[in-house]
Amino acid sequence: MMESLLNDELLSNIGRSAEPKRELVTRRDIRKYSVATGQRLQRFLSGDVAPPLYHMALFWDVVGLDELTPDGVIVDRLLPEFPLKRAMAGGLKIDYFKPIQPGDTLIATRTLTDIYQKQGSSGPLIFYEVITTVKNEAGNPVLTEKATRILR
Amino acid sequence: MYNAALWNAHRIHFDLPYATEVEGYPGLVIAGPLMGEWLTQCVHDWLGDDGQLVTFEFSNRRAAYVGDVLRSGGKVVSTDPDQGTASIELQVSNEAGEAVTLGAAVVRFGG
Repeated sequence: MMESLLNDELLSNIGRSAEPKRELVTRRDIRKYSVATGQRLQRFLSGDVAPPLYHMALFWDVVGLDELTPDGVIVDRLLPEFPLKRAMAGGLKIDYFKPIQPGDTLIATRTLTDIYQKQGSSGPLIFYEVITTVKNEAGNPVLTEKATRILR
Repeated sequence: MYNAALWNAHRIHFDLPYATEVEGYPGLVIAGPLMGEWLTQCVHDWLGDDGQLVTFEFSNRRAAYVGDVLRSGGKVVSTDPDQGTASIELQVSNEAGEAVTLGAAVVRFGG
């Protein structure tokens, strides 16, 4: 039987949400992202509409340089401390409802929705899931992103 | 520029001495989301103005480094004429033919 690394205290973090973040989408910001990612379609390069992963740039935390770890990483305050530390490949799944356009004000809410353990080929693995919902000011869903991370 | 556009300060992506000497990587590590980006571009470049992305997913399976030759593409695996949708499998592979990033998308045709 697999020994559980997940105690009650860790699991009690399930359901925790971060403070919603509110951001204005600008044409200039879309253009910067589009150039930086090598987009080829004119509607992205002109900033008429945002490419599908633009929300990652829009909601990336802007923190002071002194708040970064020495390797330049921001500590994600939504997450508890896990007993396994090495991050392995995770996955992202996004459902799209509305396009993102200049002038939109979007609100993103992140929730830690699950923590579970599996046995990997070289030891236990801890999985956790974070769901980000992005809505517009009217409250309509724009996209929903489910991120799964694996720690070993 | 990608890290700048994201405001991502993780040094392994742009600081070559740090990535190689301190963290021991063979080169600058390509940021995971950027590889997902390329897969969305495969879909959008193929769709043109003719449709939209309904869902997209990807996961990075192994690291890739600046200087690697990567190939990305996909194939349509099913279509639903009633819904006007298609399911696509996507992959970024390296020169050794290994899967770096795997992905999938559902697209809906029509403006």
